[in-house]
Parts: sequence; C-alpha cells; structure tokens
Amino acid sequence: MAETRTIKVDAIARVEGEGSLSVKIRNGEIADLHFGIFEPPRFFEAFLKGRDFREVPDITARICGICPIAYLMGASQAMESILGLTVTRPIRDLRRLIYCGEWIESHALHVYMLHAPDFLGLDDALQLAAINRPLVENALRLKKIGNDVMEAIGGGRAVHPVNLRVGGFYKAPPRAAIRALEADLQWALETSVETVKLVGGFEFPDVEQDYTFMALRHPDEYAIHEGRLATSTGVEFPVSAFLDHVSEEHVAWSNALHGVARDGGAHHVGPLARYAINFDKLGAPARAAAEAAGLGPVVRNPFKSIVVRAVELVQACDDALKLVREYVEPDPPFVDAEIRAGEGHGCTEAPRGICYHRYRIDADGAVLDARIVPPTAQNQKVMELDLAKVVRANLDQPDEVIKWRAEQAIRNYDPCISCATHFLKLELDRG
Amino acid sequence: MTALVVGIGHPLRGDDAVGAMVALAVEDLALPGVAVLCHHGEGADLIARWSGFDRVVAVDATVSGTEPGAVRRWDACAAPLPVGRFPKSSHVFGLPEAVELARLLGRLPPSLTVIGVEGVDFRAGATMHAAVAAAVPALAAEIARLLAFDAELQA
Repeated sequence: MAETRTIKVDAIARVEGEGSLSVKIRNGEIADLHFGIFEPPRFFEAFLKGRDFREVPDITARICGICPIAYLMGASQAMESILGLTVTRPIRDLRRLIYCGEWIESHALHVYMLHAPDFLGLDDALQLAAINRPLVENALRLKKIGNDVMEAIGGGRAVHPVNLRVGGFYKAPPRAAIRALEADLQWALETSVETVKLVGGFEFPDVEQDYTFMALRHPDEYAIHEGRLATSTGVEFPVSAFLDHVSEEHVAWSNALHGVARDGGAHHVGPLARYAINFDKLGAPARAAAEAAGLGPVVRNPFKSIVVRAVELVQACDDALKLVREYVEPDPPFVDAEIRAGEGHGCTEAPRGICYHRYRIDADGAVLDARIVPPTAQNQKVMELDLAKVVRANLDQPDEVIKWRAEQAIRNYDPCISCATHFLKLELDRG
Repeated sequence: MTALVVGIGHPLRGDDAVGAMVALAVEDLALPGVAVLCHHGEGADLIARWSGFDRVVAVDATVSGTEPGAVRRWDACAAPLPVGRFPKSSHVFGLPEAVELARLLGRLPPSLTVIGVEGVDFRAGATMHAAVAAAVPALAAEIARLLAFDAELQA
C-alpha cells in the first residue's frame, strides 16, 4: 500500500513577500515539487511604456522598499548607456556609498532578524531578543546605520530615496553630512567582523550543491554597482549580453517568470555567487573575517550563505568607511546629455543578486519597452533544486521537521518575492 | 515632557491613510512641544524614531471586521497589542511586533498609546471611507486633550 502524507504550511515566515511551496511524495520519493509565487503580477514593465525616461528610476524603485537603490541605479545606468553618458568619479563613488548603505541595512536585517533564528532553534527575532538582547540591539543599530547612509544621500529617505537620477544626483550631500557617518561606520565595521565570528559558529546541515554562479565582476573592487557579468564556468560577458545568456520562462505555479540560463541550466545569484567570483577582490578585513570563519574561496553549502552575507556586511562597511573619508562633493551633482533614441542595459548587485534592466526609448525620451529581471526570479530554479535535496535528505523525518528545513532552505536565499513579483505557503502531499 | 504623534500607513492606500491624516491634523493644531511624524510602519525604524520621547501616541488603521471608522485605544506599555488587528505586509514587522521587540529591549517609551481606526478598503488609489475620514478631526482633538492633560499632570 502506498504511503500517504500531506503537509501544508500556509505562510513561511521571515521572507519578503508571498508565495508557496508544495511537495508531493509518493512511496518515499518526491513526485513533484514547486516553489510557487501566487502574488499577482505587478505589471511594472507594462506601465513604464510611454513614460519619460527620467521617471523610470523613481518608478522602478517602488518595486521594493528593501532594495530601491538596485532599481534606481540599474535603471539610471541603462538610460545613461542610451545617452552615452559617463558619470564623474565623485558621482560614481557617491553611488557606491549609497549602495553600501542598502547592503548594510538589508544584510543586517536578514542575517540577524530573519535568518539567525533558524540556526538557534527560534521562531523569530522576538525570541532572539528575549535570550540575547545585545545581539538584537546590535542588529537594529547596524540596520539603522545602513539607513542613515541612505538617508544622508537619498534626500532624507531610506525607503524609496528621492535624490538619485539619470546622470547622478539632484543635489550633492554636504561633506559634513557624509563625514558625520564615519564614527558609526567604524563601529559597524567592528560589529560586522564580530557578526562573521558569531554566525560562523552556527551548525550547518551538510549540503553541497554544484551551482553555476553568476555575478558582476570588476577589475578594481568587489563588484556592487558596475562591472561585467561572469560565471563560475569561466564565461565573462558585458551586461548588454545578459539576455543572450539568461532567458525567462513561465511556469504554471508561479506568477514570477523563472530566469534560466540559455544552456538549460539553473544559475545561482546572490552572496554565494558574488563571493565565489570575486573572492580575490575582498578587502583585507572581509577576507580575514572569512578565513577566520573557516570559509574557503568558494562556498557551495546554501545554509552557509548567512556567513557569506556577514562577510559581505564587513565588505560593505569597510568600503563605506573609505568612501566617507574620501568623499568629495560631486560638482556638478549630475551629468546630462541630449536625448536620443536607443536601447540600453543596466545591471547591479542588489543585496540578493544581479538585477538586470533593459529599456528602449524613442527620440523624445519616451519608453518604448522595458524588461527587468530581478534576482529572486533568477534564483527560483536553484531554490527548487535545494528544496528537492533537503526534502530528500529528510524523507524519514516527521512532517514538522521537513517543513522547518524546507523553510530554512528558502530563507537561505533571502528571497524578495515582492521583487520577483511577492510569500510562502508550504504544501506537502505524501499521498 | 516631549511628545510624539506617529501616524502610520500609506497616504495613497484608501483607509490606510487614516494614521497619516490624523498626524497631519494634529500638526495643524501646532501643539507646543509635540512632534509629528507620518511613518510607513517598518518596526525597527519605529523603535528608533520614538527613542527619547516621554510620551508617544501612534495612530494606525485596524482590520477586525467591525464597522468602518470604529476607534479603539490601547495602552501598549501595559499589555501587548492584539495580533492580527493591524494591516501589515509580510515585509519584516509592523507596529505590534515593534512594540514587543521594544518591550524586550527596554526601548518602549515611558508612555505609548496606540489608537486604531477600523478601515475597510486598502487598495492603492482608493479614497478613504466616509466614516473613516469623519473620525480624523475628532481624534486629532482627542490627542490634543490627552497630551495637554498629561503635560498638566506632569507639571
């Protein structure tokens, strides 16, 4: 007689947005497994059509309250590539600084508040605060420092900053306002190093996956806001060739298109990918922290993404600190050019991985079409592969254990389902 | 006494705007020593924002199935807010979670009153229900009386 078990979870906690997970198990084997996104499509690409190209960064930033900079900057760079604009060094540096702010607030939130409870057998950050108050205090302060960086540059707003534009910034923040961030960032750097030690000491399930990583790579720095795309298979190509390498396919169980490699494989984007492709570009503090935590140059255990994310927290704090110390007010704060028709591409490293934009505009600057491929859309396939491995390794476990592990496997990716289009519901059918 | 009135919610999402509308109505009263803030409701930031204030009044929409415009008041320092009453996204945490985290961290203000106004329509671009909009001026006046009374007590 066939074994029958049905498990259902209506909402996986501690992820950004709404989705579902269903697993069908027949006779001790996985018959079907879907990571589904039932959030309605958001239609950004459709309603951008006909809008002025200068509006696009601020409109697309509304896709996400956690990573608006990824959208502001990807869209701006795509438009700049159409106009033939190159920003000045001070504008470039200020862009990297605000992006570091976004990485700090997003990574601090995920590492401590969303992900760490998994490794401590806790349900949420409230339970964590009850047993380790200083830890949560640190998390809140780190997050606030990231927000402060974004507010100092982004017109006083960390959620949907308003000071960024095609060509740079509307207004350069005064030197004093940027230098005022220094002491807090010094504390953040030291605390991030402690964070790597802390999370590096967690116990991790023994899972290794043979991922194909994809990330930006830059000759001079740990790539965040510019570079060429590179894969762990040794392929490197310009951002403009992204769609030659990645296509999108619709699957019946998800309202977010799956981003898949054109060779039919699944590619992995985000901290593990960036770390593997850019290990040699880590600054000294981040590299030392990684080595002290026992990480090699490539990490293939998705559960260890919490450690890699913490290493990136060190990198972002270190970079931000240097940029604050060397800050020169960009004058003028933006560069401009004549409008011309064309097609442009932009891609930056959102906290969760590469976020690609492509636009075509006409001679009046109106958007003819838009294409955005956010990181979580690209990671859906590898999340399913991880889930299959985790569920298979735990088939003899009670349903509650499978649920717990499966939710963790999803949270390893810090998925921003609202970006991918939006939550998580687990349905496990053994029958 | 330093006082803060926080209106939580999105001004362009129907009845979710009620918090912000009450905060703006309080601002119009130009009460001495009272700071006013319209806030998106993200919990970690709320904790940072109310830090240093003696007296905080937070106004947010509620969803409990009662009639639109119905007003409830809670003393958040005395007991947890009822879970599931406040509209929230699955993004991180909102007001009730912020209150509990702050309680655990010793970062609740000495006095925190939460006022909930029942809403029905939270769609983007919707207008506020007439009964919800009608509650705004009365609540601004109530908050003014409450803060004046507290200030008097303290003096």
